[in-house]
Amino acid sequence: MTDVTLTTRKPFLGEGQRNGLIAGGALALFIAALVVATQTGTITRNDWTYKIFVDPFVSMVDMPDLLVQTVWEGFVAGVLYSLIALGFVLIFKASGVFNFAQGIMVVFAALSLVGFYEFLTLTVGMPPGFIAAIVALAGAVGIMFVLAVAVERIVLRPLVNQPDIIMLMATVGLTYFLIGFGEYIFGGSPKVMITSQLGLPTGSTMLDFAGGRINIQHLDVAAAIIAAVMIAVLGFFFQYTRIGRALRAVADSHKAALSVGISLNQIWVIVWFTAGIVALFTGIMWGARSDVSFALEIIALKALPVLIVGGFTSIPGAIVGGLIIGIGEKIGEFYWGPLLGGGIESWLAYIIALMFLMFRPQGLFGDKIIERI
Amino acid sequence: MFYREAGQYKTTYQSDMAIFPLRQDRIGIIIILALAYVAVPLMASDFILKTIMLPFLALVLAVVGLNILTGYTGLISLGTAAFMGVGAYACYKLTTIFPDVNILIWILVSGFFSAAIGVVFGLPSLRIKGLYLAVATLAAQFFLQWAFVRIPWLYNYNPSGAIEVPLRTVFGVPVTGPTAAIEVKYLIALTFVVVLTWVASNIVHGRIGRSWMAVRDMDIAAQLMGIKLLEAKLLAFAVSSFYCGVSGALFVFIYLGGAEAGTEFGIRLSFIILFAVIIGGLGSMIGSFFGAGFIVALPTILKFGLPAIGIAITGAIAEKIVVMVIGALTIYLLIVEPHGLARLWQIAKQKLRVWPFPY
Repeated sequence: MTDVTLTTRKPFLGEGQRNGLIAGGALALFIAALVVATQTGTITRNDWTYKIFVDPFVSMVDMPDLLVQTVWEGFVAGVLYSLIALGFVLIFKASGVFNFAQGIMVVFAALSLVGFYEFLTLTVGMPPGFIAAIVALAGAVGIMFVLAVAVERIVLRPLVNQPDIIMLMATVGLTYFLIGFGEYIFGGSPKVMITSQLGLPTGSTMLDFAGGRINIQHLDVAAAIIAAVMIAVLGFFFQYTRIGRALRAVADSHKAALSVGISLNQIWVIVWFTAGIVALFTGIMWGARSDVSFALEIIALKALPVLIVGGFTSIPGAIVGGLIIGIGEKIGEFYWGPLLGGGIESWLAYIIALMFLMFRPQGLFGDKIIERI
Repeated sequence: MFYREAGQYKTTYQSDMAIFPLRQDRIGIIIILALAYVAVPLMASDFILKTIMLPFLALVLAVVGLNILTGYTGLISLGTAAFMGVGAYACYKLTTIFPDVNILIWILVSGFFSAAIGVVFGLPSLRIKGLYLAVATLAAQFFLQWAFVRIPWLYNYNPSGAIEVPLRTVFGVPVTGPTAAIEVKYLIALTFVVVLTWVASNIVHGRIGRSWMAVRDMDIAAQLMGIKLLEAKLLAFAVSSFYCGVSGALFVFIYLGGAEAGTEFGIRLSFIILFAVIIGGLGSMIGSFFGAGFIVALPTILKFGLPAIGIAITGAIAEKIVVMVIGALTIYLLIVEPHGLARLWQIAKQKLRVWPFPY
């Protein structure tokens, strides 16, 4: 039997590739036009086109050490954004809840760690140092576990199957509760993170690079390493353990997971606990860089554009998105910020994210959105 | 007993589709309006007018606006406060550039500036929806907040970075600024609220409102039925932002009397207004009023009510307790009634209709 397959001839290029080609060509033409215009003197140094399109790149090439320093700072900020976004993704995948409280959980975890440490050294009378810090760390982990159980019992279980916006609002309510509760217990004044007591390195190294010097904080290196290890451990946990398989099953389909005997309630506690631990580590890193206070809340909101870029459901997306946002925002602020009067960091991340959205509404790695009627 | 529909026959299509089909409802709304216009300014103390009624009237329009967007059209927005800010700053600029024009006209016109900005930031809604859109609207929130701080032209190069409401009179009576009588401010805000709510109610009950609700229920299906998504969604953004803009102008000009750049219209206000919409009831006009009343009254009640019943709290701790209680109460209300206070109101009316029988 000869089969007649109904195939249409494959087009030379896919739609995406064609669009990419057109965009790339246009960009190349634009750059060529700029170079010609600059060389022939049509655009001088004082034109706004020069300031926006030429000057930043010239200074990037002229002073590579500054560029590398900026990229490194963006990278470190990006790692921390990634960690916050990771907490969002974990919870969104497993329970479909957009956990707005993740940013506050970071602050709350860090505050409870510092609070515990102060309690141990001042009230109980343990000698300050590594052991007290480790005990405080265990205590903070315990608090995150209690929080996870409480959230599952009090918030998630009665609200199961409600629309997205109701769940979002419930986590906003949780945010307010945690802010009030945290300030009530730990006081509103900023606290200093117990960095050296936890055995984290402090200090910095100057590297010579391309005629300049680059300042690298040891803490930032440690943060990057710890983040990488944590992501690897989470990946292993998801891929190879029994609970990890159950988590992935729940993420695929709640009903199917229930029907094979996976307890959703248990999974939610585990997921919120995992997100709590991620929050604790993020809190330590952030706290060591500045200090621990509820002002971190605004920074935690920066994790939201990361989610748009990476997609709500993808762990690699959270990491790549975090790095894109972190580096993009630092470079934008450093090279283009002065043109707009500075401080553009507060919204640049959202604009970058919106640009990604225009081309991929589900984020770089997100599940394709399929709509049926 | 007194709330019965028996004997009220509907003989025309108009009377069947009326917003208040029952005679008792119509009498009720007239009584409420009479109370609001006559009794409240005469009886209420300045304290109640200042701390409850003025912020309530200013915010209720923003809640109605966000309800149009989120409750009727199904587009979640977290940029409400920024659009309110646009209204406030537009009104400030207009009245300082043209001081002779009636301030009430400028309050209304500033809504159109806000609507224009709202349409620009509403464009992504054509491509994305749901929570992705909610995050995208944060771009508006942060960008506009930055603009309020960084563009000195907006606050007339005032070194403190704040806008101060100048004295403006209407027919010789001061209505804004420090010397205006609080009753006058109240009556002006009330008139804005009544007129604009009447307009909004007519919009959402008409063809436009029906197309919004179709988009909310499923936008692809709405498109298949011939509703133009581009127009419907952008119109929702425009109308919603218009209400937010007028609300913001009232908030600064009538209630606050001045605003610090970028602090009044922060993300927290956006959340509080979204909270009011959800607590009041998504897609309900009366719910917007309940929600706004709730969020305005709650902090005051907690701050002054708790000591009155014997729970002594001092000022610094009171703030924290209030934040905590608001959070806990949010979660509690969402659990007991996810459809908001408007649903409770409906249930109460239904019970009243059949009273004293259970059904």
